[in-house]
Amino acid sequence: MNEVELLNWARGPGLAYATVIMVFGLTIRVIEILSLGRPKELAKVRSSGTGDGLKLVVKRSLPEPRNWRFITASYIFHIGLLVVIFFFIPHTQFFRDVFGVFWGGWPNYIIDFFTVLSIAAMMYTLVQRRIDPSRRILTTVSDYVAWLVTFIPFVTGYMAFHRLGPDYTLMLALHILSVELLMIALPLTKLTHAVTFAISRYYTGSSMGRRGIKA
Amino acid sequence: MTPEENNETTETLGQNLIGNGVSRRTFLKFCSTVASAMALPPTAATAMAETLSKATRQSVIWLSFQECTGCTESITRSHKPTLESLIFDFVSLDYHHTLQAASGDAAEHAREEAQKAHKGKYILIVDGAIPVKDDGVYSTIAGITNLQMLKDVAADAAAIVSVGSCAAFGGLPKADPNPTGAVAVSDIIKDKPIINIPGCPPIPVVMTGVLAHVLTFGIPELDSHGRPVAFFGESIHDRCYRRPFYDRGLFAKAFDDEGARKGWCLFEVGCKGPTTHNACATVKWNNGTSFPIQSGHGCIGCSEPDFWDAGSFYKALSTGSMNPGEWATDALLAGAAVGVASGILNKASKSKAEKNHKPVTLEDMGGKNE
Repeated sequence: MNEVELLNWARGPGLAYATVIMVFGLTIRVIEILSLGRPKELAKVRSSGTGDGLKLVVKRSLPEPRNWRFITASYIFHIGLLVVIFFFIPHTQFFRDVFGVFWGGWPNYIIDFFTVLSIAAMMYTLVQRRIDPSRRILTTVSDYVAWLVTFIPFVTGYMAFHRLGPDYTLMLALHILSVELLMIALPLTKLTHAVTFAISRYYTGSSMGRRGIKA
Repeated sequence: MTPEENNETTETLGQNLIGNGVSRRTFLKFCSTVASAMALPPTAATAMAETLSKATRQSVIWLSFQECTGCTESITRSHKPTLESLIFDFVSLDYHHTLQAASGDAAEHAREEAQKAHKGKYILIVDGAIPVKDDGVYSTIAGITNLQMLKDVAADAAAIVSVGSCAAFGGLPKADPNPTGAVAVSDIIKDKPIINIPGCPPIPVVMTGVLAHVLTFGIPELDSHGRPVAFFGESIHDRCYRRPFYDRGLFAKAFDDEGARKGWCLFEVGCKGPTTHNACATVKWNNGTSFPIQSGHGCIGCSEPDFWDAGSFYKALSTGSMNPGEWATDALLAGAAVGVASGILNKASKSKAEKNHKPVTLEDMGGKNE
């Protein structure tokens, strides 16, 4: 298989299979979580918990004054990830093709800036995971896999854009394939938080609220 | 072969040029153009002129298989009386369906004669793919399958030039579902040097330039797809005059919008320039007049393998070629069904567990403590 065939496979069947695994897996996960319901409240219910739930979704997205370096790196990486995925013009074309919606893209130099920043931030978080004893104990193999499959698309995308590596077509194919790997990993690792973060935060917030506890 | 024909092939290109009223200055200018187009050092132009003027006419057999004659159309667009067209006259084109005067048995006879007379020395040019399914029965010439004819003629060729994407990569005949089992020349012939000059059609000066290189310096440097690096070494995107608009995020959204009128980048309307290697953006077409992107249409990637099967010409390169949205919808429905079923099963096992649950009494605990 040459690089052109690889790219054609990645843009065609590869993308279709990855999409199916990702959407199928995430849908099952979300419905299963929702169908678990909540345990019977044994104490007197203080409030509906809706407000507290929504509040926690926002609150847990705000920084807490702990280890500011790690938190900054995490913010940079998450914001960078969102900017690169949703505002790099070729990516917006993909979403327009799938959803029929176009929200505008940003110039390449801005995307480039966020990419470099995100790569650096991700590397910093990995080093921290290895250095900090408590983080190292908490980190499982699955967490390293999650880090890796998120990191590779950044690197391959950067290399493809800057014509680094042996050949642009090959790098583009590898970039798309690495994204497909990330898509497959989404429902199978902690990366599921990309869609379940709001559900779990709302659940915690509303449970606390119903019991009259500050979350 | 007639005596006149023999004279033609023994006459040097220099003698022939003088006979056609071409000055040495014009000839040198041509050699400089070819040398610079192929990124050869300045001294190469003189060397090329010397070698070409002393060279005798190179016998060429041109075989046309599953093709549309677009490649021949393209090479004949080398404007008269430019030297490009003249140099084509200076190869002894011994067999070519479209351009030869002979027809029927006489045409086939000419091919057989050339094969014998220039055994091991002639250049074989092929345009068109070769059907191999059912023993190649889907395309025949004079009762001979393309497959057989290619094998026969290639056996005594010095080198093979696959002109056009069909000969180089299979092209349109090979496109899915490939009913005739079409393949490229390089899929069949493994023991001869093969130069691929893909394109649908290839640029005339690229064809003549490569031929000039073969006549003077031999086989040029080729890339992993057998294409001369001089012409196919860079992507259309990297040499495109609209590239600055790509970097600034300025795109035509449709062929008749403001962006299109302002000449912005055509990536969003499907340009495949980033993954296409060819010289269109530099050499251009019709005597350097223009090329598709300059006339407002995105590159369709015609010099790359399997470009017909790479999705729509009018969708951005970053989109999926198999409609991932539809797959996502089906996966969502299937996931929802499985998710609901799993939820019901979970509930059932939960209530069963609740039903079977026996409260632990103090006695039980006491029993355990014993």
